[in-house]
Amino acid sequence: MNDFFSAFADDLPQLRSGLWVTLEATVFGALAALLLSFVLGLMSLSRLMLSRGVSRVVVEFFRGTSLYVQLFWLYYAMPQLTGYELTPVLCGVLAFGLNYGAYGAEVVRGAVNSVPRGQYEAALALNMSPLHRMRKVILPQAWVQMIPSFTNLLIQLLKATPLLWLISAADLMTAIEKLRSRTGETLTAYATLLVCYFVLAYALTLLMNLLERSAKRRLGLAAGGKSLLKSRSAVSAAQAGGAR
Amino acid sequence: MATEPLPLQKNAATAAEDVVPVAVSKDEGHPLVRFDKVVKRYGDHTVLDELDFTVERGEHVTLIGPSGSGKTTILRLLMTLERVSDGVIWINGEPLTHIRGQDGSLKPASEKHLRAARRKIGMVFQQFNLFPNMKVLQNITEAPVNVLGMDRDKAEARARELLELVGLSGKVDAHPSQLSGGQQQRVAIARALAMEPEILLLDEVTSALDPELVAGVLELLSDIARNTDITMLCVTHEMNFARDVSEKVLMFDAGRVVESGSPEKIFTDPSHERTREFLNAVL
Repeated sequence: MNDFFSAFADDLPQLRSGLWVTLEATVFGALAALLLSFVLGLMSLSRLMLSRGVSRVVVEFFRGTSLYVQLFWLYYAMPQLTGYELTPVLCGVLAFGLNYGAYGAEVVRGAVNSVPRGQYEAALALNMSPLHRMRKVILPQAWVQMIPSFTNLLIQLLKATPLLWLISAADLMTAIEKLRSRTGETLTAYATLLVCYFVLAYALTLLMNLLERSAKRRLGLAAGGKSLLKSRSAVSAAQAGGAR
Repeated sequence: MATEPLPLQKNAATAAEDVVPVAVSKDEGHPLVRFDKVVKRYGDHTVLDELDFTVERGEHVTLIGPSGSGKTTILRLLMTLERVSDGVIWINGEPLTHIRGQDGSLKPASEKHLRAARRKIGMVFQQFNLFPNMKVLQNITEAPVNVLGMDRDKAEARARELLELVGLSGKVDAHPSQLSGGQQQRVAIARALAMEPEILLLDEVTSALDPELVAGVLELLSDIARNTDITMLCVTHEMNFARDVSEKVLMFDAGRVVESGSPEKIFTDPSHERTREFLNAVL
């Protein structure tokens, strides 16, 4: 065990850069997924059948094919097809973005549909344009509904980043894996990994809870301090809406 | 409630000059609203059956009748929340639900036409439908600023006047969720008035309120009816309101007007058996 920790100390720079790669893949993957969630989600709500159809196909494709396979495709198969070779981290960001974006599209669609119809009608009665209605009335309310589900997806995305090891990106998993094979301390190494991912996941949860709280406050919904520490965000049943 | 003259007409005049060119053709030959053989079906169910009626400019009309008789559907068609299945609705001699083709024939209205036509019409809903993501003031100013292009300072000044009118000056910065139902409905009324509608549609506006809050909202609406030239169509179960505010009562049943007349006539001497039954049941 002491071997492991002295090696750990020696390898700190590599570990730090591994952590950095993990965070990078998580953050940029999540941003790509967020963007795709909104694009595909709003497309699925469009009146145009073509737009709904395209969204449906893309969502089903990326939800229905394994993240591993997508990652291997981007890293090993794409260069043979196109001649372009992406860095492992960029492959990760793309694969995470596409895969979790497909799940996120359903979250966006569901949340927009959950905004009471009266809100849409009131905005229409005030003669707001469709874009104005969506931007100023519907999405700000739907956003609060999306955050808990997005938190879950974000945590899942973080926990999927060890897959980067398989395409030889130097992420946190890879760094500790190297330590393990060098020291032979399997138990300690994997315990360390567990703790690392748990701490990261919990930190993300706290951040998302903060975000949720501020979004709720904008809707005039009070959320107590306790809600910040909960690790499993429940979708709030008490949507503000127009009614009491 | 407000006893001083309401700030409505004055502002309607000034706002019309520099806000948006609204086609207010004061064509005296046409009723303001005319339903011409309007049919509304949902699947096999016919809600409105070749409905004909007119509303004159400045009139306050109450629609009464049993649930499911199509009263709310009439307001929703006027607000263009729904489309007619057949027939035409005319506003001031111009088709609301249709556009006139080159040859004078009527085609179903485009979204663009509806946006222009909707401009003259405002609506207050049973469930208030305030925007919870905006404070009270922004609920009122959002559309005047971003739809009519009104100057923000001016829109806010006007919103404050309207909040005073509805008795909520102190709630400018409140969230809708911090208000009682009655207060929310007053804000919703102010929000509708801020758009300077010619026609105000009131859809069972007191039905969702606690009984003790109903009187205040009705009194406010009476004030508005007395002190402005806004044409009002109200669907209500408050027969007192129908009696006090409106000049004309339309009794509906099964998608048709059974009887229409002054409140005195309808409430004291209804000529139709169906009206008598209904009034006996609700009064």
